[in-house]
Amino acid sequence: MPAKHYLNDNYGIRSWLLTKDHKRIAILYLCTITFFFFLGGMFAALIRLELLTPEGDLFHSDTYNKLFTMHGVNMIFFFLIPSVPAVLGNFILPIMLGAKDLAFPKINLLSWYIFIVGAGFGLAALIGGGVDTGWTFYTPLSTGYVRTPVIVLAVGILIAGFASIFTGLNFIVTTHRMRAPGMTWGRLPLMVWANYAASLIMILGTPVIAITLILVALERGFHIGVFDPKLGGDPVLFQHMFWFYSHPAVYIMILPGMGVISEIVTCFSRKRVFGYTFIAFSSIAIAVFGFVVWAHHMFVAGISTYSALVFSLLSFAVAIPSAVKVFNWTATMYKGSVSLETPMLYALAFIGLFTIGGLTGLFLAALGTDIHIHDTYFVVAHFHYVMVGGMVTAYLGGIHFWWPKMTGKMYPEAPAKLAALITFIGFNLTFFPQFILGYLGMPRRYHAYPPEFQVLNVLSSAGASVLAVGFIMPLVYFLWSLKFGEAAGDNPWDAKGLEWQTTSPPPTHNFHEVPIVTEDPYNYGEEANVVH
Amino acid sequence: MEFKLPLFPEQASSVAGQVDAFYLFLVLLTTFFSLLIALMIVFFIIKYRKRPDHKAEQIHGSTLLEIVWTAIPLGISMIIFVWGAVLYYHLQNPPKDALEIYGVGKQWMWKFQHPGGQREINTLHVPTGRPVKVTLISQDVIHDFFVPAFRIKTDVLPNRYMHTWFTPTREGNYHLFCSQYCGTNHSGMIGEVVVMKPEDYAEWLASGKAEGSMASMGEKLFQEFGCTTCHRPDAGARGPSLLGLYGRPVRLSDNRVVIADDNYIRESILNPNAKIVSGFQPIMPTFQGVVSEEGLIQITEYIKHLSQQDSEPLSNRSNPAVLRDTEVPTIQQELKGRGNEPAAPSGKKP
Repeated sequence: MPAKHYLNDNYGIRSWLLTKDHKRIAILYLCTITFFFFLGGMFAALIRLELLTPEGDLFHSDTYNKLFTMHGVNMIFFFLIPSVPAVLGNFILPIMLGAKDLAFPKINLLSWYIFIVGAGFGLAALIGGGVDTGWTFYTPLSTGYVRTPVIVLAVGILIAGFASIFTGLNFIVTTHRMRAPGMTWGRLPLMVWANYAASLIMILGTPVIAITLILVALERGFHIGVFDPKLGGDPVLFQHMFWFYSHPAVYIMILPGMGVISEIVTCFSRKRVFGYTFIAFSSIAIAVFGFVVWAHHMFVAGISTYSALVFSLLSFAVAIPSAVKVFNWTATMYKGSVSLETPMLYALAFIGLFTIGGLTGLFLAALGTDIHIHDTYFVVAHFHYVMVGGMVTAYLGGIHFWWPKMTGKMYPEAPAKLAALITFIGFNLTFFPQFILGYLGMPRRYHAYPPEFQVLNVLSSAGASVLAVGFIMPLVYFLWSLKFGEAAGDNPWDAKGLEWQTTSPPPTHNFHEVPIVTEDPYNYGEEANVVH
Repeated sequence: MEFKLPLFPEQASSVAGQVDAFYLFLVLLTTFFSLLIALMIVFFIIKYRKRPDHKAEQIHGSTLLEIVWTAIPLGISMIIFVWGAVLYYHLQNPPKDALEIYGVGKQWMWKFQHPGGQREINTLHVPTGRPVKVTLISQDVIHDFFVPAFRIKTDVLPNRYMHTWFTPTREGNYHLFCSQYCGTNHSGMIGEVVVMKPEDYAEWLASGKAEGSMASMGEKLFQEFGCTTCHRPDAGARGPSLLGLYGRPVRLSDNRVVIADDNYIRESILNPNAKIVSGFQPIMPTFQGVVSEEGLIQITEYIKHLSQQDSEPLSNRSNPAVLRDTEVPTIQQELKGRGNEPAAPSGKKP
């Protein structure tokens, strides 16, 4: 490890809380969202515990409704949306570009504080009893019928949204203006393309959820009729506005994860990526198409037949670029030199699980089947396959891949591989039965259910306990590695990419000299050719 | 603990088999592609595993391959889309001769009314062999009417009617689930659809304690609420006559033409000033909070009933807004021109 680096350059709480270093801000985000991940995970554990038996006998109905609401809110807004961009993106993006920092370091710090305030409102809502509207806040239930702290939570989410907007803004400007000499757009690592596309969605889409939540708060607080028919409003309008953001939001979540996979698959196949241009542009295509499919959440909600046809057609279109990525990653392994370190295990798990999750999206995009499976456990299984099997897996893969760079320490490989395997098994056991449950007709958000659904629910809950172990293990061994891990060295994976050309951990200004880029990304066939 | 592991719910409606067939096709398709990718990956990581003597081959890509693996999924997606769309169109459009049942959802129960006036709570009796159209509305939040055995579902909204339809094909008792989260007892808002042979259904109808058919209940309400004061067929009436109204085009004071369907009638009672019939004053009071959703449904049934009777030739003054048959084709064209297909009127022409 180098003598001086970003972690020991300055000491004291002020040097952390007032830092402008994108790397330290990434670590601040890491600690924060890890807390919310385990909070949301605890709610999930309680949900699966309740669902072991058909009767609602562990919790009162209102409590159960709060559990699934707070599970969704915490996981989506306070974990998934920041995860790869705010932790891995913040840390790695500037270094990958050869820059000293992001374009706006102070705004970067501000974004973390805004996130803390927003998440703080979320915790306040939790302490105030928790909200029970579902993370989707459908009206008029949320504006006129529940007595829980909806406004507090809505305000928290909309504030946290601004953290997202600032991160996106920062990434876009940095990518345009702060690339090192020789780093042309065609030489950008795919991680940058992916985060860039996600940033476009962040800045264009997030304001819509902010407005929507403000309107919910106004209707609830001041009885200004927007969504409640008793006040002259239209409840379906809420759904249009909500999903206009929340659908692109899922692409905010998954695109950065896909960027991580491109980095890992190339490194552990020792090969340049297959179809670089197609993968790069597929990220942009997903971002664009992602904005025109929102009403596929509303096929039975009261939209016209013609609208439904259009949105169904477009939803099939948005699936294609993702399929292209999966094929390209697979082709990258062809004639490669593949090794199975932990990051690669997570990347391979991602490809498999995301494929299943994405393909099950086709069942939902298809109108004839969506009528039956909408609002059932089929949907729950689908989105957990893409969000957990996809996104969380990619996030964990990225954390393992860049942990040596971020901390200068190696995590222990054997427990890590074991944890990856346990997570994979636990995940499938938890969520595969839910596809079956959904087709059988078990609706979502059911506290109690008819007894014939019990076997599958028990399987799912059993899987959840295994999955929990798989998630807790990294927390333990990563913390262990900080003290006892082997020193990583600058480039433990022998990977290409500018981040591996600097020390582990990097100095505060990332590079001792400005790098000059002369080669394509993933140039694994030859020696690194970076001229200083 | 019951140890059953079924994969499909029972098929109890005419479309269930079609939905299941489509689903099975999708399952086979997705299994095929998932296995293809998975096996390829496993094959590659074994065959091309890192070995000391072995170097990776740096392949940029292949535009041809990209085109192929974009075009094939696109083509398959279009097949899925069309199949799904055709099935959906069928699921959305009830046949004309469907038995019409009304349902009201509220936190946390279902109330149904049969045309003969029979009422049920949380249970719905239907006969096999004929289409049943259920028209639904909510008294409070958004609910959802879901019968897995029939493969149908619709959200139930608080501000307008939604409908779904099915033709039951198999006797039995099937779950009815509310499947839009609606608050505390969402998972308790479960009902039962009881499918009976037509003879048994007729017997059940006869044995019930119906106070009267829905239309006659509606007529009672019509008189109780004083609607007859203004809505009369004579020349000096303050409100438009409702004879022959249901399902016909109506011209409004702002020259728009709308179809007098369930939603129009409901809106006219709850929010009369939203649409003023041409030639009349905006003097109708609102009945919001006065008439229940069930009452609204009964009044609508009564009004539907009025369109099935023969009515006298109408004088110009009393209902300038209910268009005569000779005018109807022009209006239909006008609506078509504005991209607004009029619904086919469901009442008989006078």
